[in-house]
Amino acid sequence: MKQVSVQAEDFDVAAELSALEQVGGGGVASFTGIVRGENGLTALELQHYPAMTAPQVERIVEEAMTRWPLLGVRVIHRVGRLSPGDRIVFVGTASRHRTAALESCAFLIDWLKSHAPFWKKEHFADRDPTWVEAKAEDEAKAYGWTK
Amino acid sequence: MATLDILYFAWVRELIGRDDDQVDRPAPDSTVADLIDMLASRGGGYAEALGDKERLRAALDQHFVVLDTPIGQARELAIFPPVTGG
Repeated sequence: MKQVSVQAEDFDVAAELSALEQVGGGGVASFTGIVRGENGLTALELQHYPAMTAPQVERIVEEAMTRWPLLGVRVIHRVGRLSPGDRIVFVGTASRHRTAALESCAFLIDWLKSHAPFWKKEHFADRDPTWVEAKAEDEAKAYGWTK
Repeated sequence: MATLDILYFAWVRELIGRDDDQVDRPAPDSTVADLIDMLASRGGGYAEALGDKERLRAALDQHFVVLDTPIGQARELAIFPPVTGG
């Protein structure tokens, strides 16, 4: 099972985990990203490159599947305007054993941050919106997986 | 004459004030960086958005490339800041 979605709508984490539990592995790992409401943030806007996003995320999933013996991978990334507390991203992996599930889940979220065409813009109540700057540490973390 | 579609994202799009442009496809050995310099020479928002290539990343036909990649026969070039998803 391998499924990628790029969508404006929210998703049901329990349903996604349940689907991963049914692929016959011994373990399921997942990461859910939530919009933080710190520093007076009122909204988070996610722009993306529609013609490239899903194919690129598929390539990242393929990369994970060459590195770990995975039975299931599910990636959901939301786009558009989100509010603090909203779910923004979901990565779920299923494998026969925990190490592959946990490591591939961490790899996927690191690579989604640095290898997929999304851009975040933060909106505030009391000041102008700003585009989020990429963090050198995120890029370093992603390239750490090339070892 | 073949054309090249150029797409802009995030603050590059905002500074230029356009989502996209279309140009005559340059010579195949000219690079993404050459094209960015050509666009920046238009001045105004183009110069502001594209003047510092250290801050820019690019994709050719929906694949990430380094800026010294030749444009070749590509049909679509996207120019944007480093990505910030996840």
